[in-house]
Amino acid sequence: MKARVHVTLKNGVLDPQGKAIGHSLNRLGFAEVGDVRQGKFIELELAETDTAKARARLDEMCRKLLANTVIENYSIELVS
Amino acid sequence: MKSAVLVFPGSNREVDVAQAIELVTGRKPQMVWHGDGDFEKADLIVVPGGFSYGDYLRCGAMAAQSPVMAEVKRRASQGVPVLAICNGFQIVTEAGLLPGTLMRNAHLKFVCRDVHLKVETSQSLFTNRYQAGQVIRVPVAHAEGNYFASEDMLKQLEDRGQVAFRYCAPDGTVDGSGNPNGSIRDIAGVFNETKTVMGLMPHPENAVEPMFGGCDGRALFEGLVDALS
Amino acid sequence: MTIPPVRLPNEPVITPQVVAEHGLSPDEYQRVLAIMGRTPTMVELGIFSAMWSEHCSYKSSKVWLKKLPTKAPWVIQGPGENAGVIDIGDGQAAIFKMESHNHPSYIEPYQGAATGVGGILRDVFTMGARPVANLNALRFGDPAHPKTRHLVSGVVAGIGGYGNCMGIPTVGGETNFHPAYNGNILVNAMTVGIAPSNRIFYAAAAGVGNPLVYVGSKTGRDGIHGATMASTEFSEDSEEKRPTVQVGDPFVEKLLLEACLELMATDAIVAIQDMGAAGLTSSSFEMAAKGGLGLIVELDKVPMRETGMNPYELMLSESQERMLIVLKPGREALARSIFEKWELDFAVIGHLTDTERMVLSWHGDIVGNIPIPPLVTEAPVYERPWTLTPLPPVLAASDVPAPAGWNASLIALMSCPDLASKAWIWHQYDHLIMGNTAIRPQDGDAALVRVPGGHKGLAMTSDCTPRYVQAHPETGGRQAVAEAWRNITAVGARPLAVTDNMNFGNPQKPEIMGQFAGAILGMADACRALDFPVVSGNVSLYNETEGKPILPTPTIGAVGVIDDIAFAVSSRITTDGLAMVLIGETTGWLGQSLYLREACGREDGAPPPVDLAVERRNGDFVRSQIANRRIVACHDLSDGGLLVALAEMCLAGGTGAEVALPAGNAVPSHAFLYGEDQARYLIACNSGEEMVQAAQAAGVPATVLGYSGGGSLTVKGLLSLTLSELRAAHEAWLPDYMNATE
Repeated sequence: MKARVHVTLKNGVLDPQGKAIGHSLNRLGFAEVGDVRQGKFIELELAETDTAKARARLDEMCRKLLANTVIENYSIELVS
Repeated sequence: MKSAVLVFPGSNREVDVAQAIELVTGRKPQMVWHGDGDFEKADLIVVPGGFSYGDYLRCGAMAAQSPVMAEVKRRASQGVPVLAICNGFQIVTEAGLLPGTLMRNAHLKFVCRDVHLKVETSQSLFTNRYQAGQVIRVPVAHAEGNYFASEDMLKQLEDRGQVAFRYCAPDGTVDGSGNPNGSIRDIAGVFNETKTVMGLMPHPENAVEPMFGGCDGRALFEGLVDALS
Repeated sequence: MTIPPVRLPNEPVITPQVVAEHGLSPDEYQRVLAIMGRTPTMVELGIFSAMWSEHCSYKSSKVWLKKLPTKAPWVIQGPGENAGVIDIGDGQAAIFKMESHNHPSYIEPYQGAATGVGGILRDVFTMGARPVANLNALRFGDPAHPKTRHLVSGVVAGIGGYGNCMGIPTVGGETNFHPAYNGNILVNAMTVGIAPSNRIFYAAAAGVGNPLVYVGSKTGRDGIHGATMASTEFSEDSEEKRPTVQVGDPFVEKLLLEACLELMATDAIVAIQDMGAAGLTSSSFEMAAKGGLGLIVELDKVPMRETGMNPYELMLSESQERMLIVLKPGREALARSIFEKWELDFAVIGHLTDTERMVLSWHGDIVGNIPIPPLVTEAPVYERPWTLTPLPPVLAASDVPAPAGWNASLIALMSCPDLASKAWIWHQYDHLIMGNTAIRPQDGDAALVRVPGGHKGLAMTSDCTPRYVQAHPETGGRQAVAEAWRNITAVGARPLAVTDNMNFGNPQKPEIMGQFAGAILGMADACRALDFPVVSGNVSLYNETEGKPILPTPTIGAVGVIDDIAFAVSSRITTDGLAMVLIGETTGWLGQSLYLREACGREDGAPPPVDLAVERRNGDFVRSQIANRRIVACHDLSDGGLLVALAEMCLAGGTGAEVALPAGNAVPSHAFLYGEDQARYLIACNSGEEMVQAAQAAGVPATVLGYSGGGSLTVKGLLSLTLSELRAAHEAWLPDYMNATE
């Protein structure tokens, strides 16, 4: 089973990279772009078939390593 | 004073800090490999600078999960002093030994230059050879040194006197002008609640010889010798 | 009778177009057929293409490079190995080289520069040295050119990104801007390492039957040349097989460095070579050729990062962070344990034979079989036609206008792209790691690091004045070596040896080949007169776009030693009351000067001549005075002449100075102050009279110009600027330029 994890900065945490990206887009002529936040996308192949088990384990993976819960949120998506 | 310096894949200032310790204490530290879950008793544990695990995922994130860090956490909880420098600071925040987190420098570039630091307190194992309010000059060399903590956490840090150093102007004014990376409240280094663990982004180990960076970092190591011998 | 190789499924037929796409001329291909006695397979063609490329074979430059002096009593290994090796005393050797990564950096500046640093680091540590310093010479186009800012940003970030992660201080270099580099930037990276002089590792393979071992990163499709193989025919999954830019992983290279040094401390290694340009092909080939042996490479055993890779891709991939090692028999387990500890791939992929043939096997089939000696001896060597650039007429000072406003002229020069502070750049380089940096960037003419384990200092520099080379290649080549020699001398060190990175346009044009030839002749002359041999180097040709070549740029990297680093001096003036003494003769040479270019918009005239005997005499004198502790600060004169050198010394130390033109001086003021006469130094010392007397006794011209002190730079009767005004101009240009779009 494939899992897709999105790790994003919590609201209120300054994101200088996102800001730089937004400015660059504006300079390229995309004036409609406002706030930009940059995150991480992690794709994992799991040798697990039970979705509930997979979700629980992924939750643990996120809390332990993939996300720094002081400043980051995470969301998990399972793809059969 | 017996010290131990941890070595992770990608650590690169372990030799610098080992040299500084040897220079000041006359004694070579033991170098401890990350894979070792145990090591000889030491009066001081040092987590050095570098790019452990390439800084991949987040700086210090993977190193924080290594066997040796589990042992370091155990010993720290028993009061064994831990000095965490740069990548070391990143590792111990990830490991939960110090509050807050280090993020990408606000201007998004690696920065290597001298900074001035205001020593916030002399009441600790690490800073007892400085005076409160003293201004010292040491170098920084990092791309992710932007210290961040939540408002609640910051209040706690300030109330409990856990801020060790702040970036300042050469005359000691803390007004952002001396801040090389955007750290909140110009925080350059913090203690844990018991002031037995200290983390800082600057490199005191590169300021222990007059010809090579100046000597302002020396007193940090001398203070540790005084406190722990 | 050799077994004819098996062709792979879907292997393209070799047509003249395929041959051309591999960069081989019809003549060269005829040689291939003669050597092989049959049509080559694609893999074999790829191997010839790589080994006979300009980069690997030096076919256009070899005949000229032979003219460079390469020997001295302190040279342990000259050109021909991965890097040059010199004896620096106390059982230690310095190992160093400079290399270019020009074309890739133009295409992908971050990765191009990063992998350039990675490559030169491997060239040094493959010989057993722990790298202790990096330098780089960068040449960018006109700042106004639309690509320049992006290139500067990417290249600097890439050099920093790789070097900082490796934990090696980047301590010096140079950065220039000129329109001639608009379509072709130059990224020349230099590394210096230290090794015990009795434990140097070479590439020559030995021991028939000894195992051939691959270590480091897995092999992918990075940087494979030969557009043919990227096309659909060779396999099913065409789209994902397009050749990719080489991407470096400095974290893996750091692990590789530590693992290699750990293995080198044992007795397991017979020979070791890094996989750089043309990857597995050039490394395996060179190891076998140097050892007079053959080898069998089992390509299916190569650790692979991608699925479905074929022998051609495996042989030509330029995946980074890989080494090839010949081990002593029975040492495989020991070596494996070290590499596995550092979490690197380790695979025995073949062994040495006595056939002097390179045999490639793929799942039991022979897919390539090449005789080694003829590939080396029959490699093309060209004596391309050349025409020398004639010496332009000497420009008289009277033909050059004096500045309209003196203060403004100095401000303009100090803030011009070539002279402006480069702090924006080197603040992105960790220049302090290892705790041995004695002179920081912009504080001296050479970088200076302490050699671990003692008191010695290693002085290093990179230099070249391309506009001089363009005007008259021989003079420019001579001057580049002389200036590097001066740079080392100016910090008090003894210049020992050179690594040359020759960057030129298309050698098939006689005037370009003539530039190369002229530069080499000038360099050889200087190297000989100054006992300054070339021990390693690199050639980068075809640096031109739409027929417009770069300025001929023979970058000279140099290394020297000072026996006690405590005696070294920087160029910082930090005390009041020091006598500022000008060493050397000034005729006011404005031809090809920076003043002429920046203030007058002209690039004409003959470049300043270099008198090597005078260089030697003046430099040896300065060095002896530094050793006698009579010199407090020292700066050799180059771009911008005397006034710029003085301004730089004052800014570096934060102390002003007041000087005057010497009494009785007949040279026009602007020529005296901005002229670029060679063999000169500006020194700060406690007693000007003593210094002048000592100089006179040594036959060296010397004159006291004035004294240090105060917060301004003043030339009596001509200009006076506060240090803060000067500093503001000097420090603003580059950050303002780089931040301009924000």
